[in-house]
Amino acid sequence: MTPIHQPLLSARTLTHLYGHRVGCIDVDLDLYEGEVLAVVGESGSGKSTQLSLLSAQMEPTSGAVAYRMTDGVTRDLVALSQAERRFLMRTDWGFVHQDARDGLHMGVSAGGNVGERLMAVGWRHYGDIRAKASDWLGRVEIDESRIDDFPTQFSGGMRQRLQIAKTLVTQPRLVFMDEPTGGLDVSVQARLLDLLRGLVTDLGLAAVVVTHDLAVARLLSSRMMVMRGGRVIEHGLTDQLLDDPREPYTQLLVSSILQA
Amino acid sequence: MSDTFQAIELRAVSKTFVLHAQGGVRLPVVKNATFAAPRAACTVLAGASGSGKSSILKMIYGSYRCDDGQILVTAGGERVDIALASPARILKLRASTLGYVSQFLRVIPRIGAPDIVTAAAREGGLNGMDARERASLLLTRLNIPERLWSVPPATFSGGEQQRVNIARGFAAPHAVLLLDEPTASLDAENRAVVVQLISEAKAGGAAILGVFHDDDVRHQAADHIVNVAAFSDPGAP
Ligand SMILES: Nc1ncnc2c1ncn2[C@@H]1O[C@H](COP(=O)(O)OP(=O)(O)OP(=O)(O)O)[C@@H](O)[C@H]1O
Ligand SMILES: [Mg+2]
Repeated sequence: MTPIHQPLLSARTLTHLYGHRVGCIDVDLDLYEGEVLAVVGESGSGKSTQLSLLSAQMEPTSGAVAYRMTDGVTRDLVALSQAERRFLMRTDWGFVHQDARDGLHMGVSAGGNVGERLMAVGWRHYGDIRAKASDWLGRVEIDESRIDDFPTQFSGGMRQRLQIAKTLVTQPRLVFMDEPTGGLDVSVQARLLDLLRGLVTDLGLAAVVVTHDLAVARLLSSRMMVMRGGRVIEHGLTDQLLDDPREPYTQLLVSSILQA
Repeated sequence: MSDTFQAIELRAVSKTFVLHAQGGVRLPVVKNATFAAPRAACTVLAGASGSGKSSILKMIYGSYRCDDGQILVTAGGERVDIALASPARILKLRASTLGYVSQFLRVIPRIGAPDIVTAAAREGGLNGMDARERASLLLTRLNIPERLWSVPPATFSGGEQQRVNIARGFAAPHAVLLLDEPTASLDAENRAVVVQLISEAKAGGAAILGVFHDDDVRHQAADHIVNVAAFSDPGAP
């Protein structure tokens, strides 16, 4: 039996070098169910590299990532078979990309996009798939009458919500988000954040959210990691880091924004 | 008082802010704070503005770090030293035990007051129906008119926001409740409601540690007073 305090996802001395350039160095983290971790820092600080390593899209130069599979056994990501990795990508993990076009098939209808992910995990009955897709469009506040429209006909905010529906429909346990509200208008961002916040709490998801926006970190995450030059400068409770930043760099980051 | 059980205990707690943007200026705000707050009672922190009252409450909640000393919170047969606890442990304690109400509502866009309060009640373990009822009851008692229930509190007056914040803080039965001037801009009628909520929480066994500006609230609510001046750094500005 696995002790329940085993993390869902953990990384140890995770390091990635792009030739001579540093992607990230010596990242340690543990993530449990229901926890949302924000990774913040300026562009080039190693946030996205870290996300790619954690989600097995890249292999680390050194260090390791382990994930507790649905059978309760914690496995090293690099040791997984292709089939196991595919299972994670299709079912147990979700991705919310900054650009919704990276997560959607633009030539497939909204319902088809959500349905695709269900079919990938074995759903076959057309009526069930359509009903489930329609339910999820509703949950992300897209009018169900738009089910046969194409994402090209949607606004940026709607596309992002569609991507979220597509991601969450298989009830993943872990979601990776890369600047989920980047590129959207402020008012659209607020609505999206609010929706994400509700879904994350209701579903008890674990999530890693990469963002340069401290307000996003404040609203979505309970824990935060500050990166600079590929290294973790400071990590801890989100409110502690924002209200009582200790490292000079974190203080600078916090004071340079209006009010997170 | 030998049978009273200390829910919060600070032992030699100190805190200094280091402001790196100001050339590393050191700002000692709390020095050697040592006191306890028993359950089923309201303990009030007193002291001049800037003497470190809010900083102490935030250290207990974990949103400010503690540099030195121990901050022991005991509830449900468990004792946690906040000064050393992991983020995961502190989050768990906040969900089960530790509540904090400041005078400011952190507004969440688009969400109405009943949903904000219901969510807090649910996080504290009430089931869906009970949570919703508890939210309505509190908003009603705190005189938030029903016509405002469907409006996100971003547009509320300061006092209205503060009352939503209080409703949120009292939504779940916290064994330890930290109050930082929750009544700062309330009228007498609403202050009386807060005093009533405090006595109900005490009757339920909660340890309340608060800062109150108004003398009337302080007199009615306080069982013990701790003067923070004793813990201020003499060299502090
Ligand atoms: N995050 C922070 N960074 C730097 N200094 C801070 C921070 N928070 C508080 N301080 C400083 O710590 C000192 C104590 O502040 P604190 O808010 O704890 O006082 P207080 O007793 O609650 O005062 P008041 O009665 O005015 O609310 C003040 O000098 C304040 O400027
Ligand atoms: Mg104060």
